[in-house]
Amino acid sequence: MTGLRNALRQIWATMALPLLAIVMALVAGAVVIILSSALVPGHGFDPGLPLTAYKALFEGSLGTDNARVETLVQAAPLLLAALGIGLGFKAGLFNIGAQGQFLMGAIAAVAAAGALKGDGALVAIPLSLLAGCAAGAAWGLIPGFLKAVSGAHEVVTTIMLNFIALALLSFLVSGPLRLPKSPQPVTAPVSDAALPIFIGRDGHIGIILAFLAVPVVWFLLFRTTRGFEIRAVGANPDASRYAGMKPRRLIILTMTVAGLFAGLAGAGNILGINHQMSATFSTTVGFDAITVALLGRSHPIGIMLAALLFGGMRAGAALMQIKAGVPVELVDVVQSIILLFLVASPIVRRLFRLRGVKASLGTTDTMARTYGNEVIR
Amino acid sequence: MTEIPVLGLVIQFGAFILDQLPFIAHAAVAVAIPIALAAMCGVMCERSGVVNIGLEGIMLTAAFVAWIAGTVAVATFGSGTPTPVFGITLPLLIGLVAAILAGMAMSAIHAWLAITVRADQIISGVIINIAAVGMTGYLNTLISKQSPVGAGGFTPLQLPASVSDLPVVGWLINAIFAQGPIAISAFVVMIVLQIYLFRTRWGLRTRAVGEHPRAAETVGINVVRLRYRNVILSGAVAALGGAYLSMELTTSFQANMTAGRGFIGLAAMIVGRWSPVGAFGAALLFASSKAISQAIIFAAPANDLGKFLASIPSQLYDALPYLVTIIILAGLIGRSIPPAADGQPYEREAAT
Amino acid sequence: MTNVPPTTIAPPEEVPPPPPVPALEMRGITKRYPGVVANDRIDLDVKPGEIHALLGENGAGKTTLMNILYGLARPDEGEILLDGKVVDIAGPSDAIARGISMVHQHFMLVPVLSVAENIILGEEITRAGGFLDRAAARDRIAKLAEQFGFDVDPDAQVAKLSVGQQQRVEILKALYRDTRILVLDEPTAVLTPQETDEIFLLLRRLAESGRSIIFISHKLYEVLAIADRITVIRRGRVVGERLPKATTEDDLAELMVGREVMLSVDRGESHPGAVVLAIDDLRVKDDRGREVVRGVSLQVRAGEILGIAGVAGNGQDELVEAIIGLRNVSGGTVTLAGQDVTSAAPRQMHDRGVAYVPADRHRYGLILSFSIADNLVLNRYNRPPFARGIVRNDAAVLEEATRAIGQYDIRTPSATIPAGTLSGGNQQKVVVAREFDRDLTLLVLDQPTRGLDVGSIEFIHRQIIAKRNASTAVLLVSAELDEILEVSDRIAVMYGGRLVGEMDARTADKNEVGLVMATGGRTAQASRGAAEDGAAGVSTGSGEPPA
Repeated sequence: MTGLRNALRQIWATMALPLLAIVMALVAGAVVIILSSALVPGHGFDPGLPLTAYKALFEGSLGTDNARVETLVQAAPLLLAALGIGLGFKAGLFNIGAQGQFLMGAIAAVAAAGALKGDGALVAIPLSLLAGCAAGAAWGLIPGFLKAVSGAHEVVTTIMLNFIALALLSFLVSGPLRLPKSPQPVTAPVSDAALPIFIGRDGHIGIILAFLAVPVVWFLLFRTTRGFEIRAVGANPDASRYAGMKPRRLIILTMTVAGLFAGLAGAGNILGINHQMSATFSTTVGFDAITVALLGRSHPIGIMLAALLFGGMRAGAALMQIKAGVPVELVDVVQSIILLFLVASPIVRRLFRLRGVKASLGTTDTMARTYGNEVIR
Repeated sequence: MTEIPVLGLVIQFGAFILDQLPFIAHAAVAVAIPIALAAMCGVMCERSGVVNIGLEGIMLTAAFVAWIAGTVAVATFGSGTPTPVFGITLPLLIGLVAAILAGMAMSAIHAWLAITVRADQIISGVIINIAAVGMTGYLNTLISKQSPVGAGGFTPLQLPASVSDLPVVGWLINAIFAQGPIAISAFVVMIVLQIYLFRTRWGLRTRAVGEHPRAAETVGINVVRLRYRNVILSGAVAALGGAYLSMELTTSFQANMTAGRGFIGLAAMIVGRWSPVGAFGAALLFASSKAISQAIIFAAPANDLGKFLASIPSQLYDALPYLVTIIILAGLIGRSIPPAADGQPYEREAAT
Repeated sequence: MTNVPPTTIAPPEEVPPPPPVPALEMRGITKRYPGVVANDRIDLDVKPGEIHALLGENGAGKTTLMNILYGLARPDEGEILLDGKVVDIAGPSDAIARGISMVHQHFMLVPVLSVAENIILGEEITRAGGFLDRAAARDRIAKLAEQFGFDVDPDAQVAKLSVGQQQRVEILKALYRDTRILVLDEPTAVLTPQETDEIFLLLRRLAESGRSIIFISHKLYEVLAIADRITVIRRGRVVGERLPKATTEDDLAELMVGREVMLSVDRGESHPGAVVLAIDDLRVKDDRGREVVRGVSLQVRAGEILGIAGVAGNGQDELVEAIIGLRNVSGGTVTLAGQDVTSAAPRQMHDRGVAYVPADRHRYGLILSFSIADNLVLNRYNRPPFARGIVRNDAAVLEEATRAIGQYDIRTPSATIPAGTLSGGNQQKVVVAREFDRDLTLLVLDQPTRGLDVGSIEFIHRQIIAKRNASTAVLLVSAELDEILEVSDRIAVMYGGRLVGEMDARTADKNEVGLVMATGGRTAQASRGAAEDGAAGVSTGSGEPPA
């Protein structure tokens, strides 16, 4: 019986803070809704609006079969990208570049799909996905290499690369990849490389890939020597050096793999949902994934749960806007408040007198240092 | 592929730039203002030792508040008659003040997280950005449904032709002064900040706290209070940049209208080596890339140069600032070294 | 005329003057930190114009006492009196306002700012609008510098100054604030002998101008050379007060180091074999680029323990790190069993049978957030049986961990909890278990029992001797003289980056070794002579005993 009690205590210790953060954020979101309800057309001041809104949110994410599939569809890219970001966190790296890596993956997949037109799905799909992985990996390799070799801080370089990716995307879609005779700049449809649907109306097989990645990353992190090294370098680079590990190589490796995952997420989305790319393609996946990784405390299982939560919120937000008139941006507001609670965790713990609850951030989960070029030896 | 004589192209390009200088300079300044203001906000924070990547969020919040406060003011007080110079009205002023207060409030949150909670300063900046996008997008969606009447915007100075046509300096005077009030005030902020940072007691203490806070504490400086004050004040500077967007460059708010200017401002701060004049200069450098690309579109040269320029994608100009920043960060063109204690949470030694 | 006895009222000029009010008095100061009493009812008084030395080993409580004086800490009990009046010092700015200044051991200078900017920081002279009046500041600094014989360029960037010059800037900082009481914390720790002499002249001049100086040090000869009075502190208590004329280095060393009874371990005989480790004229720089190992040569044989005694900060850590390969060597060679390993990486040293117990176990020894089991295999995590190819074998790791925990008596409820939850002693046992658990050619230990309880200390000493008996060459570096004497076969002392005084442990006299640790063999006599000869060119060099 004590074994079970200990296990439960462990789970509570790890999950208490994120759960509390979510609850508090929903409460704060409700306050926001109430206060702004006067502005919602057709309502006037309405203290019951949050209930309507959250009910619609729930319905839109879990209420119907279609909704549940949509939740999975929204969760899949978040899951993949966040796994990569979480891997970075474990190594002490702050990868804000998931957005750019995602876009590069999408563009590469579209380009590959265009080149492989007519070669059949069996060839086009794997190769297009691989192209996406490669492009994302390259977009992660650059900041990883720069950090390892010159100490350039990955926060700034990845932010810059995000914008470069946007420019590259706009250029490619308006230029070399542009579908001839299209009024708006779009690429050719991905045709053969389109991911088949296996569930519901939109549930493409990219979802399976995303969820398969969870045990893969878990195995990598906790069962292989490489994962041991990644975690060691993030926890104590000096002791790792003494143990013979090579921090430089691990940084490059981790950033590349993180980029690969985000690129795969982009490829999956474009091949599974949009099926072609327009110059105005925009997404919040890259930044949502950061929150997902933090909420999941950089652990694959936690990330999976957090991705489902956010995927559900994004899926249900549309219905919430239709039924309750509450704009979808509420999800962003809730997201920022979740982060606020996670980050202010020492204060939160004192406020709620949580004992034995592990510190959320600032331990080995994330270690964002300064822009200063620190020498990596 | 016809051979392109490079030297000839370079000369033609130089001539093109000189010819279009009045336009390019003026456009560059107009584009640079929000970037420069964001960058100078960053300089104030990071010189004190606090990393602030939430510049984008502060600007966006201020842009929105400026517009919405102006709208409410118009509904309450009516538009009023704009002044001949700058087109100032009461609602506009109210919007501006409200924006500054909003910017300071957002900065205060970041300051609290970074200084008192001692949270990770990058994450704190990310929170500011996401919160800003969320709140402004949320409220904007709700409000714009009702098609409110905004307060309009400030108008730029009209310089008499005799001034703007002056031989050597006319284009420069035009570029700086044929702008709206917020733009001109950005220059004032730059000058004031530069002087204050390097010639006053405040500046000396700020720089000391950003480099070696422990040393500053041992001579009796209150590190925590100084950092709070600087970060909150810097929010006012970034707010000016946001207000510029919705009250001078345009006259209304669009969702996500900052479009990454806060991050370019971050880059300008780094390239400008954490000095106000350097940051402003870097902002101008980045903006001129955009201005030149606009000039090429509007006044495309017809010759070889024109053909060559037509083959360069416009997105390259957009990507240029970011490429330059990466190159500098990688140390290829000299190192850019931030204040030594930048980003490190500070723990007071004394206490009980 | 009757015989009236002479009056007993003495003429005015013979009335003894009232004793001068001490400039500073600290009465009954007590300060407790978790687990330790840093200051235990300390009494101290300093007269105006006096140079008063606070003498004691590392961790004796000197710095804590001065931090209390400077307002960086609050005493739990006791009071402070300035010029006879009780005061409450709220913080550094309050201390400065009352005329107390402190020159810290680790300089509180901002490297990128100029000398003048550093001096005026916090005390800036301003014109209207908060603008700095640099001309007035420069004037005042120049006057002070002239008054006390400095030579400073107010516009020089501090980062470019030598350490001695930086210290002078620190002292100028204090003078600029009209300090009446100047506290210097180990001021000569970073100075060359020549710079030390210059500082002493300066301090004399300051004292003659009526200022009081408190001089914290562990260096005996310096204290005897410069102080007017000496207070010795040991383990948080005042153990003696002396006048330099009335004491000797031996006396002070005995007070400082004390006589303690330690559990003794039967050392047994050593049978040294071939030379395993040979170091020749090794030079190593510290993180700031200063040469802190200045030509060290030594040899350690198989089956013998060479103990290097020395107060922390004399280059030992850097010496050890260079041997292990964690730090670059700037000159000289390191040879292991005949092979040059000067630039070998830590992993290579490990594979050659070298084990390392680091001084900072939280930095190099353990990954605190990892499990005890993972820490126990940190040096072999990717070798069979702990890993097959890229896949780890957790069962094998756990098995090995359980065995090691039993064998090395590591007190822990489980092998899977983070190493950071263990006590210091048990943490060190984890490091020992990992490093000792194979046949070793060379064992290097740096401060292995610092902060440990008596039981753990004894255990580790036993392990070290067992290794020596198994023909391992052992290099033991420690600031704990008792440990060195207990465990070593041969002893050398490290002082100022050089090895001084090699001797057989059996015949070594504790006070003699303590003396060498604190003086480098240089005596007060020689030092006073050097100070009187003036600063230029006359120096006996550190580490060499006078002829």
